[in-house]
Amino acid sequence: MSAETSTKDLETEQEQVSWEGGSKPFKASYGKLMMWNFIMSDAFTFAGFLIAYGALRFSVPTWPEPDFVFQSFPGGLHNMPLIFVTLMTFVLIASSATMVRAVQEGQRENKKGVVFWLLMTILGGATFLGCQAWEWHTLIVKEHMTLSENPFGRHIEAGTYLEGDGYDIEAGDTFQPGDFYLIHKVDGEWNPVAYQNEHGDVKLQSFGPPAFGSLFYFITGFHGFHVLTGLIILLIVAINAAGGVYVKRRNGYEMVEKVGLYWHFVDLVWVFVFLVFYLL
Amino acid sequence: MGNISYEQAKRTVLRGLILLALVTVAEVFIALLGKGYIIPGFYLPTWLVYLAMIGLSLYKAYFIMGEFMHLKYEVKGLVSSILLPFLLLVWGIIAFLWDGTYWYQKREEYRTEFQKEREGHLLEEHELEDRLRMLD
Repeated sequence: MSAETSTKDLETEQEQVSWEGGSKPFKASYGKLMMWNFIMSDAFTFAGFLIAYGALRFSVPTWPEPDFVFQSFPGGLHNMPLIFVTLMTFVLIASSATMVRAVQEGQRENKKGVVFWLLMTILGGATFLGCQAWEWHTLIVKEHMTLSENPFGRHIEAGTYLEGDGYDIEAGDTFQPGDFYLIHKVDGEWNPVAYQNEHGDVKLQSFGPPAFGSLFYFITGFHGFHVLTGLIILLIVAINAAGGVYVKRRNGYEMVEKVGLYWHFVDLVWVFVFLVFYLL
Repeated sequence: MGNISYEQAKRTVLRGLILLALVTVAEVFIALLGKGYIIPGFYLPTWLVYLAMIGLSLYKAYFIMGEFMHLKYEVKGLVSSILLPFLLLVWGIIAFLWDGTYWYQKREEYRTEFQKEREGHLLEEHELEDRLRMLD
């Protein structure tokens, strides 16, 4: 066999291998590329939601103030603006870091390490979900925000309250435009407080933009659903890893890496949900 | 991780965690400082607060994608095929916020018709008296 023909054979062989999917595009495995594709499409879904939030917020004269809406803390504490959500964010970031550790241990084919750090990640994710459940519970049960009713209002004129609400408003209190308030429920009925504005008109506190409630529940709920899904997948992968499924594959626990991508994405989305809902 | 040693890689994770936590605390601090919670009577200009928040959040996103999701170490083609489509969002954000502003202006134009619902329910004299009597 001459040298010429053997090179030709090799080329044909390589071509065939390529066409049959032998080479890796972008030097990444099929699974990883597809995970990235999924993440992209999901990112656009979230972007659509958050942009809708922006458009609706721009379309009304007032919007609830996040540091007024999110000021409760477990244990009946109030006046702690954004502290609880900061804690939640920290928990989610920490679970992202433990996920990186799981991936690193996987690359070293260290089964025990992978399982341990996956369990830590699950713990972090579950804590985050628990915090979110508490936050929702406060909004639903104590503050009575629903998909169509938003008790978080904001004054657009100055005035004086004529009566108290039994919570933090007393008769005779004055307020300025831009001051915010929460309308309470008394015996299952809304109890907006009467006030007199500068022109002498007597009015009742008006409700905040109803879109706020539905946007909050839909967007944080959609994110929470992603966290829940992530937790289930993480649990399955942890059980598989403990059972030695990925040892046999000899690919450095690639499955852990792919789940890791998804988990970091959930954290990434939270960065923007946090920005849009709590910071801006 | 390429040629980075295991010990180094572990340190990177810890450093990343601390960095992200600090950036988050900084964001919340700026938010509260801007609204006068930290120093009573002191407010930062809104545009500055917004700029800082968006900047810091984008930095967090850059860090998570680059280090945690390993994008920094992928092939260039993969990175651009992931990042370039997000440029579509630039117009998406401008267009929809623009539209939101337009809805607002249109509503303002027709304001008088809806004034009652919008600015609070006006109470009649006798309604007010009833309410005040109920409270006593």
